[in-house]
Amino acid sequence: MEPKRKLIGDDGLRQDGRTWDQLRPIKMEVGLLKNADGSAYIEWGKNKIMAAVYGPKEVHPKHQVLPDRALVRTRYHMAPFSVDERKNPAPSRREIEISKVTREALEPAVIVEDYPRTAIEVWIEVLQSDGGSRVAGITAASLALADAGINLRDLVVGCSCGIVDGKVVADLDDTEDKEGSGDMPVAIMPNLNYVTLLQVDGIYSREQFQKAFELAIEKGREVYAMQREALTKKFFGDGQVSTSSEEEAE
Amino acid sequence: MIPGDVIATGDYRYGSYVEKRGDSYIALRIGLAEIGREGIKLNPMTGPYLPRPEDEVIGKVIDINGFGWVIDINSCFDGFLPASFVFGREFSPSTHDLTTKFKVGDIIGCRIESFERSRDPQISIRGHGYGKIPKGEIIKISPTKVPRLIGRRGAMINMISERTSCDVKVGQNGVVVVTGPPEGIVKTAEAIKMIENETHAADLARKVEEHLGGTPVGT
Repeated sequence: MEPKRKLIGDDGLRQDGRTWDQLRPIKMEVGLLKNADGSAYIEWGKNKIMAAVYGPKEVHPKHQVLPDRALVRTRYHMAPFSVDERKNPAPSRREIEISKVTREALEPAVIVEDYPRTAIEVWIEVLQSDGGSRVAGITAASLALADAGINLRDLVVGCSCGIVDGKVVADLDDTEDKEGSGDMPVAIMPNLNYVTLLQVDGIYSREQFQKAFELAIEKGREVYAMQREALTKKFFGDGQVSTSSEEEAE
Repeated sequence: MIPGDVIATGDYRYGSYVEKRGDSYIALRIGLAEIGREGIKLNPMTGPYLPRPEDEVIGKVIDINGFGWVIDINSCFDGFLPASFVFGREFSPSTHDLTTKFKVGDIIGCRIESFERSRDPQISIRGHGYGKIPKGEIIKISPTKVPRLIGRRGAMINMISERTSCDVKVGQNGVVVVTGPPEGIVKTAEAIKMIENETHAADLARKVEEHLGGTPVGT
């Protein structure tokens, strides 16, 4: 599909002023919801996403119980007011698919064997949407899981790349996603070096694919640094942390 | 430490919330790591209560069936207190009425008898100090903060208890029951919230003591 207009200017800058490999501004906060066991909020460009984790808790209906591991349930949902034209709040085909891939992106990080016969629920609510909301949702959900104190092998972090005007660029926004010619969301576990989500749409040459995939991982690591910062701020914030368990009961 | 962080490399013994990957020891929770005589220990800062045998917990009776009581122990697993543990060996569902001992809604102090992955935890009230708790205010805190509330050899909890002339019972599951004069209960609740919010402050004991209106030690 040919782009309707030029998305990368003659000066090499994109229509929102970013260079080809620049991320949008990202802001994360952990532990905002009092009633959730863990929660996180992320602003990624124009995305505003809240993630909440409930559990481990009892599984209902009972026939879904897994005797040796936890059941991970994920819901990705877009609020009716998250887009320009009111969105029907019923889960669309797209949301059901994203819920599934999000679950599969998060599950490898959760040590499900530690919580047999329980359910861990992850709720991702998009309050305002922009391009790359699934990777932003995964990033926030992994923070919420850590906040809930569920045993994790690693955090999960996502970033998307794509092709705009025939060039590989990082972190597509809504316009680039819709008018560009390819989108590639990638989620990784940065310490384990595992890819837990890889979706591609559009036509890529071998070189373009390689470049986009590597760029997504590289940018994902940048987002991971911000994830760490958000957790550190919440848990080790004021620096006045006593590192010993001297005052604790045995 | 953040999940996925390398705590150390080499050869150590290690406890819960730590995983060994090759030569490295990886944190599985947000928490503070310590390397001491007992090897690597990770003290988690958040997390649910998971029962361990011998834990003393405070639970609530949520159901009664012919063979015992189902106890909510503030965990994703419900505890079960078999009637034979209470009435003894001669217990028979036809001759004993379980409601004479505990009713639904009763708060009881109890001990985790056994717990394994495949079955719900079994609970016992055998021993001194267990059984129904007739009155008191219930305060729930995060189970990961219970060791701080108790303090070294019970230092913190004894101090709070003395200063407020209240009786404070703490369950490993994060349930606290306070009994005593109303002003004391308010003070205790404040102190407990303080410990929960500033769990890892370096001079926590002194801060709590100051808040309770005593003179700090050493002045």
